[in-house]
Amino acid sequence: MKYIDGFRNPAAAEALRRQIAGLGEALGREAAVMEVCGSHTMAIGRYGIRDLLPANVRLISGPGCPVCVTEAGYIDAAIALARRGVILATFGDMMAVPGSASSLSDCRGDGCRIEICYSPAAALKLALGKPGNEVVFLAIGFETTIAPVVSLVDGALRHKAKNLSLLTAFKRIPPALAALLADPEIRIDAFLCPAHVSAVIGAAAYEPFSGRGGVPCVIAGFEPLDILLGIRGVLDQLLRGAAEVDNQYSRVVRPKGNPKAREQIDRFLEPVDAAWRGIGTIPASGYSLREPYAVYDAAKKFAIPVESGTTNPACICGDVIKGKRSPADCALFAESCTPDHAIGPCMVSAEGTCAAYYKYSRVAS
Amino acid sequence: MKESTIRLAHGGGGGLSRQLIETEIIPRFGEGPLRQLPDAAVLPPTDGAMVFTTDSFVVQPLDFPGGNIGDLAVHGTVNDIAACGGVPLWLSMGLILEEGLSLETLRRALDAVKSAAEACGVVVVTGDTKVVGSGQCDGMYINTSGIGRRLNGYELSTDRIGEGDYVLVSGPIGDHGMAVLSVRKGIEIAGGPLSDSAPVHRLVQSAGAWAKAVHFMRDPTRGGLAAVLNEAVEGRALDIELTENDIPVSPGTRAVAEMLGLDPLHSASEGRIVAVCAAHAAVRVLSAWRELPEGRTATGIGLVRSGEGRVIMRTLTGGKRLVDVPRGELLPRIC
Repeated sequence: MKYIDGFRNPAAAEALRRQIAGLGEALGREAAVMEVCGSHTMAIGRYGIRDLLPANVRLISGPGCPVCVTEAGYIDAAIALARRGVILATFGDMMAVPGSASSLSDCRGDGCRIEICYSPAAALKLALGKPGNEVVFLAIGFETTIAPVVSLVDGALRHKAKNLSLLTAFKRIPPALAALLADPEIRIDAFLCPAHVSAVIGAAAYEPFSGRGGVPCVIAGFEPLDILLGIRGVLDQLLRGAAEVDNQYSRVVRPKGNPKAREQIDRFLEPVDAAWRGIGTIPASGYSLREPYAVYDAAKKFAIPVESGTTNPACICGDVIKGKRSPADCALFAESCTPDHAIGPCMVSAEGTCAAYYKYSRVAS
Repeated sequence: MKESTIRLAHGGGGGLSRQLIETEIIPRFGEGPLRQLPDAAVLPPTDGAMVFTTDSFVVQPLDFPGGNIGDLAVHGTVNDIAACGGVPLWLSMGLILEEGLSLETLRRALDAVKSAAEACGVVVVTGDTKVVGSGQCDGMYINTSGIGRRLNGYELSTDRIGEGDYVLVSGPIGDHGMAVLSVRKGIEIAGGPLSDSAPVHRLVQSAGAWAKAVHFMRDPTRGGLAAVLNEAVEGRALDIELTENDIPVSPGTRAVAEMLGLDPLHSASEGRIVAVCAAHAAVRVLSAWRELPEGRTATGIGLVRSGEGRVIMRTLTGGKRLVDVPRGELLPRIC
């Protein structure tokens, strides 16, 4: 813990706050910095980072919460599987995500069997312990989570577990960044790039978004000083008119990422077009299991179609995920949509933008 | 007893029931009013107002780092009495046992009840034992009710909290919740969290001279410090402003909270007391608490200001954030 304390040092934070204030003043215009990752959104809320920034530095929250970008139709498909008697294994965050008509939590209340797992390995254990039951793991997540989740297939092969399969809705970060940059309605001056995703995909993955026509891409860790350093790096580039990939999290992130995790992903998965809740379909932004492993693909195994589903029309989660609007712009936010009764997915996940704003930021300045 | 596990007949009222009571209950609790196993305890009159409370304990696992269901069942009820300004006197103990429970586990829990009650100065004066079929309860549940005598001077109510009051805590927060969770999640780390399960009534007694200046007290169990403080100012034109750097959190609890992405402010304590008291008495109350081993690290953590019913924290890095109540099924069955 002493190691972590170094990245939360109040005196260092104050020094960085002053430097950022100076750079903000020198810039003299608004800087819209998108923090791509949900863990950054939470850390920014938890440490009150917005409070430390000058008025012209605006942090906008991006699409980096895997639960929030999961389509209502995916939840519908999972519920349909559970109603057929399959045991669902899932990360806890998925429980309250609204599907078209109900959530997994409602489904469990009706008697369906849904087990919450802290680790994908728990799903394999569950399947091995119940050989007479089909177990489906709800395989969502970005690059960070994908490698450990697909290792379930490896585990199932080794243990000859034929009763385990994955309902996949994996998402890849770089194609989403490309789609956001190409959207003329969204102004993004810089990306604060994710910490753990970058540890897998590597700093080089952001090269396409830098240079001519690009924006500064600064990789930052999740501790408060990491984030402040990242923002300082962004402002420094904006002042210089630069658009570089700057790895401020070099204690963890390598240029080529984690080769073992990338190999694992390539072995089992192939890129496919994927639908993002509130954004739409982004080319090559998802992964599905390669043909030789199709027996572990729950959608194929049980012939369950995953459609887009229907969502509450008043919910603006799509615009929130794209950074176009903030949770406070939503008529439902903190009124009818709260963590106890979530209407949109961004209010459900612990890393959702609306949940982070609700939890930490309803503080009048 | 020859059997090594509880059988349904242990709760049937016949020979095995009697044997269980004679071999396990009477030797531990038979000195006082329980001696002749009356249907109810007859208790002497007390001075002044009485405090009465009840609580049920369904913690899982039954044994956890720093305690077990037995001492928790004593401390939980003792502390509810203490948080109302009371000194605990008598306890009841209702046991619900699952068929198949090992006698060794039962004995460990009963030993813990006995030693915790003695250490707290309370007497188990009445009780009951039921056995349910296998699968109908999770090992064992304990219900305890407690009667105490209210100390003079304590008039505790959220209505008495006012601007300028100080928020005090008797020691590191969140240890119990993280200790239980760490065993349940299989996180066994050197120096990991230990439950803080302990009585707090001596702290309440020790500050008796300044009782009138203490406006509100709670033991921060389920929902942790965050829930208690939100409840304290909810609906009032007041905010509580905490300073993160001043809130004591033990290293083991911090480590597990970081690993699981949980907030120690949402984690239960079972041996701490939180008080909101007038500024002039804050140092006095803290000094009195610090005289006792259980209050040695007591400290002030925040202030009450005019506001709109929120708990706000000045973070380590100098920013401000809201401290919300915990939501969802974060920590089920920790007590």
